[in-house]
Amino acid sequence: MDEMKDVVLKYVIAEYLEDDTQEITFDTPLISGGIVDSFSMVSLKRFLENKYKISIPDDKATPEAFDSVNKIVTLVKEFLK
Amino acid sequence: MYYFGSYEERAKDFDWSISEKELGYKPGDVLNIGWHCSDRICQMGKGDKPALIWENQAGKVKRYTYHDIRRASNTIGAYLRSLGIKDGDRVCLFMDKIPELYIGFLGILKIGAIAQPLFSAFGDESLFVRLNDAQTKAIITQRKHAPKVRKILDKLPAVEHLIIVDQDPARPLGPKESAFSLDEAAPVDTLDIFPTKAETPSVLHYTSGTTGQPKGVKHVHYALIAQYLTAKWVLDIHDEDIYWCTADPGWVTGTSYGIIAPWALGATQVVLDSGFSAEAWYRFAEKMKVTVWYSAPTAIRSLMKAGDEVVKRFDLSALRHLASVGEPLNPEAVIWSERVFGLPFHDTYWQTETGSIMLTNFPGMKIKPGSMGRPFPGITATVLDPKTYEPITESGRVGLIGFQPGWPSMMRTYWNNEHTYKAKFKNGWYLSGDRARIDKEGYFWFTGRDDDIINTGGHLVSPFEVESALLEHQAVAESAVVAKPDDVNMEVVKAFVTLKPGFTPGPDLELEIMNFIRKKLSPLAMPQEIEYVDSLPKTRSGKIMRRVLHAKEWGEEIGDVSTLENDD
Repeated sequence: MDEMKDVVLKYVIAEYLEDDTQEITFDTPLISGGIVDSFSMVSLKRFLENKYKISIPDDKATPEAFDSVNKIVTLVKEFLK
Repeated sequence: MYYFGSYEERAKDFDWSISEKELGYKPGDVLNIGWHCSDRICQMGKGDKPALIWENQAGKVKRYTYHDIRRASNTIGAYLRSLGIKDGDRVCLFMDKIPELYIGFLGILKIGAIAQPLFSAFGDESLFVRLNDAQTKAIITQRKHAPKVRKILDKLPAVEHLIIVDQDPARPLGPKESAFSLDEAAPVDTLDIFPTKAETPSVLHYTSGTTGQPKGVKHVHYALIAQYLTAKWVLDIHDEDIYWCTADPGWVTGTSYGIIAPWALGATQVVLDSGFSAEAWYRFAEKMKVTVWYSAPTAIRSLMKAGDEVVKRFDLSALRHLASVGEPLNPEAVIWSERVFGLPFHDTYWQTETGSIMLTNFPGMKIKPGSMGRPFPGITATVLDPKTYEPITESGRVGLIGFQPGWPSMMRTYWNNEHTYKAKFKNGWYLSGDRARIDKEGYFWFTGRDDDIINTGGHLVSPFEVESALLEHQAVAESAVVAKPDDVNMEVVKAFVTLKPGFTPGPDLELEIMNFIRKKLSPLAMPQEIEYVDSLPKTRSGKIMRRVLHAKEWGEEIGDVSTLENDD
């Protein structure tokens, strides 16, 4: 779980964080905080699906479910066999 | 009571001088949007009234009265002047929805310069083509967005100043860079407003074209006349209203109806600077006691998707009028809003080039869910035969939407592109690029676009721009980009690509290409799906036939393929 958190956090920082002085944690709001917009969320979902070999249904990929690293990890775990 | 009243009464003997009189303008006078939106309201005795209440995702709130925005826009204007910015210079606003964006817009106009707002999610390539075309002299941005500008600054010799509004004093500034803090700058109470006239350029908004680079739509200060009156009659903004326009001023709705119109009316507007979440939006509307809400179909459909239970947790009883713009509002969204808010969303139709609302469902009048409504008084609108460009007289027949030129906020040209501007007119009509039919009661019904432009979440994306960027990816040999249907955004970008030898199709490469476009152009332009193909459908002369791919995506008839070279 912790490893997955680190992987997702690292990916978010590398791909979406524009302000290199901003620090984000596992609970930082990503969607409502404007770090990942709703269009970019599709690429984040695709990353998770590729990385963890899962398929996240569109109705589960809501802005609320993607709003922090912790929430994302909870969502991914739902679909891990 | 609604301001608008009866359509027949308003349309009878309509003249834009109604608006001119209310704004205290006579032909030939000085007309400056920056002054009209701040100093004039203060002179009317409303200086202490809240003009802007802003909140960010962390819950930080800032409040500005009309006196505050008058002084603050003076301060920004004076600062720009001190840097040598003068009338006619293009000044880019490249920021999130922070107060400096809204107030800076007025400051630029007050000194006679041209405001060039650009969406803060643009990647460096999107930024470059727009700044290069406009020969922009100064860019106002935030620390978080400055790296994207720095990447291209060497290729933009016309840019003399990169102004950062939230610079960390501990960090060094680069060449051409300066730090400006609105909170810390000495307030400028009196500023010599540049004597702009009706036809003086005011705003330069870039919009996507089908085959070429983005086009800079040039607007003038006289646009205020239409923006003011349409906001009053269509959005029905009264003095006591709390108005929320959810659009980003990087796009035209965010300036015409997110800055100019509400402030020219002396209204209180609220701004939420955060990403989308149904709960955050409802909470903000409840907290601010929003009465008039102007939003977009994509947002409305996202709220619908979040479910009715979320709405019920909030007290939204202050709401009294709802309107929508960006892409056609589906009937289900109108019916849903009537059910959950007790109010229907009123669809409005206009575009960057028109500068203000052209067709609409008016407050207090019958709404036809799914319809774009009727023309605003003073607007002559029709649908034209696609071959003859003559107005279609029988109701129900689909044609090209055309407007008779001459309304105050009509674009004056495309920047550096008079040829394309002239091509927008046929037989004396301005063509919007959309198709519609008109019913017996004069209501317009959108049926589709007349070109390949993709309307995703209310934003136009050029397939040409995305295709060009795709070819810059090392793995892509050929590309074709079309719209794909989407429940929330109406359309999203889909790319078909052929790969160069040595590259293997797969999900990891797909993600890599998606992120490549997202960073280079913008998240809006990022293909949400990439389909690998062995070849693309082409004419015998080698031109890619996007319409064949589009028809497949939409389950439509492919039509005449007699010129098709290959058929797979």
